[in-house]
Amino acid sequence: MLSVTELMQLLTPGGRRITVASEAMSPAADDPPVDVAASDPRPEIGEPSAVDLDLPALVADLTPADLVGFYRDMVLVRRFDEEATSLQRQGELGLWASLRGQEAAQVGSGRALGIHDMAFPSYREHGVAWCRGVDPAAILGIFRGTSLGGWDPDEHGFALYSIVVGAQTLHAAGYAMGMSRDHSTGAAIVYFGDGASSEGDVNEAFGWAGVFGAPLVFFCQNNQWAISEPARRQSRTEIFHRASGFGFPSVRVDGNDVLACLAVTRWALATARAGHGPVLVEALTYRMGAHTTADDPTRYQASEQLERWRRLDPLDRLRTHLAAAGHLDGQREQRLALEADALAHDLRVRCRALPDPDPAMLFDHVQVTDNALVTAQRAAFVAARAGSADGRDVAGGGAGADGSGVGAREGTVVAGERRGSGATW
Amino acid sequence: MVTGGLATNGAATNGLATQEVARASEARTSETRTSEARTSETRTGPASGSAQPAPITLAKALNLGLHAAMAADPKVIVMGEDVGTLGGVFRVTDGLQREFGEARVIDTPLAESAIVGTAIGLAMRGYRPVCEIQFDGFVYPAFDQIVSQLAKLHYRSAGRIRLPVTIRIPFGGGIGAVEHHSESPEAYFCHTAGLKVVACSNPHDAHHMIQQAIRSDDPVIFLEPKRRYWEKAVVDPRPLPDLVTGSVDAVDAAGAAVGLHRSVVVRAGTDATLVGYGPTVRTCLDAAEVSAADDDRSLEVIDLRSLSPLDLGPVLESVRRTGRLVVVHEAPSNVSVSAEVAARVTEAAFYSLEAPVLRVTGFDTPYPPARIEDHYLPDIDRILDAVDRSFAF
Repeated sequence: MLSVTELMQLLTPGGRRITVASEAMSPAADDPPVDVAASDPRPEIGEPSAVDLDLPALVADLTPADLVGFYRDMVLVRRFDEEATSLQRQGELGLWASLRGQEAAQVGSGRALGIHDMAFPSYREHGVAWCRGVDPAAILGIFRGTSLGGWDPDEHGFALYSIVVGAQTLHAAGYAMGMSRDHSTGAAIVYFGDGASSEGDVNEAFGWAGVFGAPLVFFCQNNQWAISEPARRQSRTEIFHRASGFGFPSVRVDGNDVLACLAVTRWALATARAGHGPVLVEALTYRMGAHTTADDPTRYQASEQLERWRRLDPLDRLRTHLAAAGHLDGQREQRLALEADALAHDLRVRCRALPDPDPAMLFDHVQVTDNALVTAQRAAFVAARAGSADGRDVAGGGAGADGSGVGAREGTVVAGERRGSGATW
Repeated sequence: MVTGGLATNGAATNGLATQEVARASEARTSETRTSEARTSETRTGPASGSAQPAPITLAKALNLGLHAAMAADPKVIVMGEDVGTLGGVFRVTDGLQREFGEARVIDTPLAESAIVGTAIGLAMRGYRPVCEIQFDGFVYPAFDQIVSQLAKLHYRSAGRIRLPVTIRIPFGGGIGAVEHHSESPEAYFCHTAGLKVVACSNPHDAHHMIQQAIRSDDPVIFLEPKRRYWEKAVVDPRPLPDLVTGSVDAVDAAGAAVGLHRSVVVRAGTDATLVGYGPTVRTCLDAAEVSAADDDRSLEVIDLRSLSPLDLGPVLESVRRTGRLVVVHEAPSNVSVSAEVAARVTEAAFYSLEAPVLRVTGFDTPYPPARIEDHYLPDIDRILDAVDRSFAF
């Protein structure tokens, strides 16, 4: 193994030609090949084992009630997810991205977060959102098309969903830099998938967070599929191995084991919060449903593989454990099922009641400060709608001078010119 | 809307227009790099009321503006490639790291998407980042972060998230550079809702507009005319639009500087109107000077300053007097700022126009090798030819 103080060499500084392979290596002369500023705390690079981390100790504090709580989280999140899929099938949502199969990775990591931590999701982190107290109906609104965001990131410590794959990793890296500048006691965590690991932004975030020692946990849910492309199409190496090249530690965890996910995320967050820089966690799991409701996985997914992962269902595993330990009896299970049904019913009612926004809202919050063009277009739009309400067909009239195409048909003569009603400069 | 003309009533106030005229004939030679003026008051800018302050370069004016912005707000941080120890490849950030430390003037990895993407995260955390993209042609790796994230998060969050990020981009050609160092990418950003796009053209504006951009709660693409970095002028402590309107650093209800998004008449005229921004304002002023001397024509010159939103008030007011308009920029013509100006002026001042709105732009080709870039860039001859065509119509 080549250490950073050794250089492959065939000509020595003195000009001697090296012809023997075992000698073709020299200690770095004056300048080390890797220039790491002396003031930077060197991150601990490596892939620690469960023994290194003492994984069981990381969750030794959990009570049976905690475990039942995680089970409840996963049951409710799955029921939410199932209901959302049904709502899409019935035309109430335009699209749904199911998290089925990833409940343990999301609840385990989500429950490791503290109030001072900030999570940056992709678009499938419904289980993390649940743990951060985001109203599931707000998520449904995004997929129904009534909003683009839906919650206050600061209130929940949960950023908005990010649909451009991997883009959020850079936001998280910058936010984490800010946290360390502010001497925050928290850390940031960013969720992404095996597909995103190929994106340039994710790799830039790896490098950036490493260089600046940002308190950031990269949480990769490797659910094996990027729509139709298997994870092996994304990387020649295991994803978690990449961290060593960027100079920070990483672990791979069974993503269908809620306790292990909780434990490693606790460790990763603690590492980040302690000022040791970023950590990469790869949670190996499986997307048991389609990419979204618009996808047809039968075209690319072998049924045997899905069946194999069904037997590794994250909910079954914890239920079996809790039942065997006597923490989950039939009565408790029944109460939980009723609670899940009530949640689903409530979300269905609230989803269908989500009002379409006022059309003029499309002009809201384009910018903080006034933009005359948008203001003029809004005025023309509102006026045209009011005109339509009066029975006048103005929407097809001449273009307003704002370029909106929704000005009044008849202009007025001002200063020797005929001007559309939207001519506000 | 700014309606006054500096050359008619403002020249005595700040001397800008006078200098522009005086320098016109030597403009082409003045583009060679000159040594920076180092004066005793360069840290704080010229003090008002003192003897005639020394002119400073556009790059220095930006430098002083950045310094003032950083001194005024501890949340302002400068980040980019080579902005720290080196002071930027154009020295625009020279001395800032020494003054404010490595924590506030950050030499970043060479990753443009990350520069903008992490600036977004820092802004979410309450910081006010000023990103430098080293050259125009290097902004494209950051395109997604600018267009899909920076421009849209305020809208996506229904107003909850504000991203006061300034992205400085040296733009335009004329410096004999290799490929990707001479481009004019403004149309991409003007086309994107949620961004504000401005271009300074002279040291005075550079000094004030950079501070106004940093104070803006909206993301601002701040374009710097790189071939004008070494041109000198006196920087008045007051922003240009405020000189015209008589107000002092006017702000709107949201506290944003109104002046940043105003266009300004920089040379009064009566026969035809030239509109430029960034590097071509100088070229337009030179053309107006030649036209006055050779053709006895009085050309009005307007500096757009703000490309999105556009402030066409002064342009319309001018066109209603002159009836003729020529729009000049280095960017290609197809779907460009001049196309937007032409369309809107035609809509709003159709009956005032004596001729179609004409355009003098870079060609719709990739930016050429430097030895022939003078043929690509709008020059005095092409501008005056367009003026001739306008009069001949």
